[in-house]
Amino acid sequence: MAKATEVEVGEQKAPVIAPGHTFATITDKIASIVLRRPITNGWLFGLAICFLILQWFTYAVCLLFYKGVGIWGVNIPVGWGFAIVNFVWWIGIGHAGTLISAILLLLRQSWRNSINRFAEAMTLFAVACAGMFPIFHLGRPWLFYWLFPYPNTMTYWPNFRSPLVWDVFAVTTYLTISLVFWFIGLIPDLASMRDQTTNKAVKFTYGLLAMGWRNSVRHWNRYETAYLLLGGLATPLVLSVHTVVSFDFSVGIVPGWHTTIFPPYFVAGAIYSGFAMVLVLAIPIRKFYDIEDFITQRHIENSAMVMLATGWIVAYGYAFEAFMNWYGGDPYETFLRWNRLHGPYAGYYYGLLFTNLIVPQVLWIRKIRTNPVWLFLISLDVLVGMWLERFIIVVVSLSRDFLNSSFGMYYPTRYDWAIFMGTLGFFAACIFLFLRVLPAVSISELKTLLPESQSTVEHETEVHS
Amino acid sequence: MKDRGIYGLMAEFETVDAAVIAARKTYGAGYRKLDAYSPFPVEELSEAIGFHKNGVALICLIGGLLGCTGAYTLQWWINTISYPVNIGGRPFHSWPSFIIVTFEMTILFSGLSAVFGMLALNGLPMPYHPVFNVPRFEFASRDRFFIVIFSSDKNYDAVRTRQFLEGLGATSVAEVPS
Repeated sequence: MAKATEVEVGEQKAPVIAPGHTFATITDKIASIVLRRPITNGWLFGLAICFLILQWFTYAVCLLFYKGVGIWGVNIPVGWGFAIVNFVWWIGIGHAGTLISAILLLLRQSWRNSINRFAEAMTLFAVACAGMFPIFHLGRPWLFYWLFPYPNTMTYWPNFRSPLVWDVFAVTTYLTISLVFWFIGLIPDLASMRDQTTNKAVKFTYGLLAMGWRNSVRHWNRYETAYLLLGGLATPLVLSVHTVVSFDFSVGIVPGWHTTIFPPYFVAGAIYSGFAMVLVLAIPIRKFYDIEDFITQRHIENSAMVMLATGWIVAYGYAFEAFMNWYGGDPYETFLRWNRLHGPYAGYYYGLLFTNLIVPQVLWIRKIRTNPVWLFLISLDVLVGMWLERFIIVVVSLSRDFLNSSFGMYYPTRYDWAIFMGTLGFFAACIFLFLRVLPAVSISELKTLLPESQSTVEHETEVHS
Repeated sequence: MKDRGIYGLMAEFETVDAAVIAARKTYGAGYRKLDAYSPFPVEELSEAIGFHKNGVALICLIGGLLGCTGAYTLQWWINTISYPVNIGGRPFHSWPSFIIVTFEMTILFSGLSAVFGMLALNGLPMPYHPVFNVPRFEFASRDRFFIVIFSSDKNYDAVRTRQFLEGLGATSVAEVPS
């Protein structure tokens, strides 16, 4: 197993933290991004654009609440349109954050310490975007609380045998646990920010949020236990969430949905797109915020390799789906295969194969894997590819299921697009704000990567009373 | 509030090793009411002041068990007693379909118990604490390590304890007003 501190690395690998840093410089550098760095025009411009997109989103959502889901392109047979496509896509993106913060914590991959904070923030915002879609999709979104079991005058209860109810529990648990995991990680850093600033109001705000954290080793001891436990709990949770999302499909009998490969294939796809989003965010952030010392070439390359590996799991999923369509011999499944390759949505399927399977193979080349510009473009390509995958799963299967008489086409309207693009704006606006008000890299966890954070005192020197 | 008395004596150290050695000596000298402060978790330091075990894992376990049994019992009660629905003669107590919600609620309750249990045992939120009265203490979240011997310790003596801390190689020793 890899040692907790991997500061000493081979000649080939870039370090996880650039040489020459001390506890003080880490604190200063990260805190100064929030506390001392002036607001730049670039940041204002970026936020303004996201804010405009957000207004577009607000308009479309208001109209949706006023008129109903009729303004969308959904119809019968395609009752699940963009809303479910986007829901699955966004929640998948969130998974990389939990993978980085929880699974890599348990695997003692200490390089995660510099990217987990913003990856967790990414998870939170992505899950927030994802969570909106099922609620919009309800038709009567103001009655969303009917999904929860509570004693009511209608004397009814939710159907616990339905995957849609499982989904409600999985996603709300995921959102809650992601939020506390992120917040717990922030507490010591909020205390650092409180101690670093001289501005009274800022000090008060961070002090309030840090809840009086005073770095006592007794507190740290309990904190570490709680953090590790949360990591251990979030690991099965994150795997369960996309599994449950895949049950929304695989428990149904629609051709192309009713397969047992869905859970692992969905989880791998989630991590695939999530790491793509991590790279899409990390590459510009480390550049513009000048934190290439902390988010090094090593992180970028590791993320690219995770993407390549999960991409192959996804490819295996596609291959096995096709094999089972043939091997199963079910006429509807056989038709689904034909329909994907030659039907009205065939172009999307070829697009998916191109963006998700072919393009990412260039990551085998180390030169491209370590080139930020190329990697950024490939990550965008993967995000598009994974979106297409969800589109194909939802729309192609529903548009042509069992009876020719009930075949139909799905055409998204401009409101479908407005709400989808709007969540992108919402997501990006949250990231912009997060970068300005909270430390984007974990200060206390980064310090543990320095060799001087390890005590070298022998146990023999202990003085017995 | 300086007239209210002295909360303890605070010694400052520059490195992890200096703090760990000093903490062991302090504990070894018979001081029991003490605390140490570090900008990141140092296992040896909490060991050195005699803090070995914490109750967070137990609270987490209890929370998880409550979530698990609560969620399963609720689903069982709803589907067999409160709201049984006969679907083609299938059993009301269809346990496999209850597993997912049970699992999710186990995670939710144990996770929240771990977090709130940790905060409760740490006594947080606590906006005011005497140690913040020492101006140097803001370095505890930056790059310095501190040991505080509380005045409530039976071996505490304003003069001798100060001399003891200075003898440990502390870069500074300060009184903590309460």
